[in-house]
Amino acid sequence: MEQSYPNLIPALPELWLALGALVLLMLGVFRTNHVRRTVNNAAALMLAVAFFLVFAVGPTHQVTFSGLFVSDGFTLFMKALVLLGSGAVLVMSKPYLVDKDIFRFEYPVLVVTATLGMLMMVSANDMLSLYLGLELQSLSLYVLAAFNRDRQRSTEAGLKYFVLGALSSGMLLYGISLIYGFSGTTNFTILAGLYSGGATPSVGVLVGLVFVLAGLAFKISAAPFHMWTPDVYEGAPTPVTAFFAAAPKIAAMALVVRLLMGTFQGLVADWQQLVVFLSIASMVVGAFLALVQTNIKRLMAYSSIGHVGFALVGLAAGTTEGVTSLLVYMAIYLSMTLGAFACILSMRHKEGMCEDISDLAGLAKNQPRMAAALAIFMFSLAGIPLLAGFFGKLLVFLAAISAGLYTLALIGVLASVVGAFYYLRIVKIMYFDEPADAFEAPESRSIGLVMGVTAALNSPLSFFLISPLVAWAGAAAGALVL
Amino acid sequence: MIAALSFYLFATVTLLAGLMVILSRNPVHSVLFLILAFFSAAALFVLLGAEFLAMVLIIVYVGAVAVLFLFVVMMLDIDYVQLREGFAQYMPIGGIIGLMLLAELIMVATARMVDPPIGLGSGPAIPDADAVTNTEALGRLLYTDYIYAFQTAGLVLLVAMIGAIVLTHRKRPGVKRQVIADQISRTAKDAIEVVKVKSGEGI
Repeated sequence: MEQSYPNLIPALPELWLALGALVLLMLGVFRTNHVRRTVNNAAALMLAVAFFLVFAVGPTHQVTFSGLFVSDGFTLFMKALVLLGSGAVLVMSKPYLVDKDIFRFEYPVLVVTATLGMLMMVSANDMLSLYLGLELQSLSLYVLAAFNRDRQRSTEAGLKYFVLGALSSGMLLYGISLIYGFSGTTNFTILAGLYSGGATPSVGVLVGLVFVLAGLAFKISAAPFHMWTPDVYEGAPTPVTAFFAAAPKIAAMALVVRLLMGTFQGLVADWQQLVVFLSIASMVVGAFLALVQTNIKRLMAYSSIGHVGFALVGLAAGTTEGVTSLLVYMAIYLSMTLGAFACILSMRHKEGMCEDISDLAGLAKNQPRMAAALAIFMFSLAGIPLLAGFFGKLLVFLAAISAGLYTLALIGVLASVVGAFYYLRIVKIMYFDEPADAFEAPESRSIGLVMGVTAALNSPLSFFLISPLVAWAGAAAGALVL
Repeated sequence: MIAALSFYLFATVTLLAGLMVILSRNPVHSVLFLILAFFSAAALFVLLGAEFLAMVLIIVYVGAVAVLFLFVVMMLDIDYVQLREGFAQYMPIGGIIGLMLLAELIMVATARMVDPPIGLGSGPAIPDADAVTNTEALGRLLYTDYIYAFQTAGLVLLVAMIGAIVLTHRKRPGVKRQVIADQISRTAKDAIEVVKVKSGEGI
């Protein structure tokens, strides 16, 4: 039998990160003194190089590793977003970790392995690689959630995430086994071929698909699988929460989109109602439960649940236009979330970090620039016209309407009106309430940089960026939906 | 004839041993029955012509996993009465979920009979048993066809190890550790003091 070696070129970013994580680990283990900063900076640099490697691989459709791995325009788009999210979080993490005395070299290593898992999820072309990538990412995230191991809240968050994550993995695997048992294959390309011609699938495949979707809905924290989100977001160290809200959501969303639109597109009629349900439930839960929160991390958790719901509106449309709007929405969501968390990471009194919404009172007088940035993020998250968040919402609702889902679009608009209340409440607290204690001036320039760049991206300037973004997302969606 | 007889023999032993694993009151006996089940399952593999899998089953499961189980069972003092305490409380909801899963399984299994899988045989081709040995066929699958999955699994295990160390390893102050460099660099001067003792006076 002739030996054939797999084509490694499409997986260059993954290989680079895998080898890099090992090198960083060795560096951290064997040179213990004062190496934490070096490892952190090296990790951020590695993510930047991986970002360029993703573009070097390019948008051509390539399948390698016996059909386990795919690289195309869609993976290019999603990997770029994931790497931006991870990299931004990594450069923002240091002050908080130093403050809590948990700045250890394992942190950047785990962030890199989690990012590697996300890239593998995005590039999965088989149930096998889907599951392995997901587990690599989840396992790193469980540890990161419990990273502040001496604090009860953090360990509780890690344990809760771990137990519920294991449960969701179980559901996912059960679904995968059903799909495999009834179709005879786990490969996405072959599955797409089997069900594209309007062939009626057997009940087993549909039941399996429901289970897989439930498992993935847990990972994107779509209601009714969102129960873990507020507790984990609140308990985990803030940079880790920022990471949770940014990168893994995008990777898991990429999986959902590839599975539903790329693989089971022929079964749109069967999964559409599920996605509509997930979407409505998430939007409603995100809008109403966030109203009563006092902790800003918990608020961001409910906000992220709601935004997943809005993004799923685009998927529910089941069209290329819908996928395009979802991709645009996720890109905008990434910039809004990173910016908001850059502000949360700057909330530091003399006694330490604080995370109550009431601590923001009168921020406009104490730190006008940070208040202005946070106001932009809040307006953008609420979807006020002319800011980036508005265009995201507009596109997903337009996609839903052109697919005839009027009720869904209507509920979405109503939910975003309710949601606007609590975003605007923060702006009101910052600008019109009696000033609370001033925050300490940030010592790290990188947080200010992330805040500034994302604020610029979300400001009305985004008007000029939106059409190239839509064009790029359209190309990515076109690569996925054949 | 002999093959059929031995299949039924080993299959019966496997089933009975499996039953005893959950029925015996003493957890050590459970583990021993588990080992019996592994052995008879290995025999079934040999009957199927999968001798490599049979050996791996014995070496890995009996040699490592079951022994580990034994250690855990012996070392952990588990109070089984306490474990069963909440049983009645969770019984109704657990039973309902179990019944639902059973109904789904039955539905799914009956659907499979009328509707066989349509994409079978699309994976890597199964090699001819006479041309390739068991070990080689498995090796090709693991290290050639599925090298990506194999390596990723390795990374997952690495992350698990890092996680365990991050979450549990502590530097305890005041622990006397062996420092070999210190031991070697000791000289007679550091360790021995020569004292002249005058007779009758002591030190």
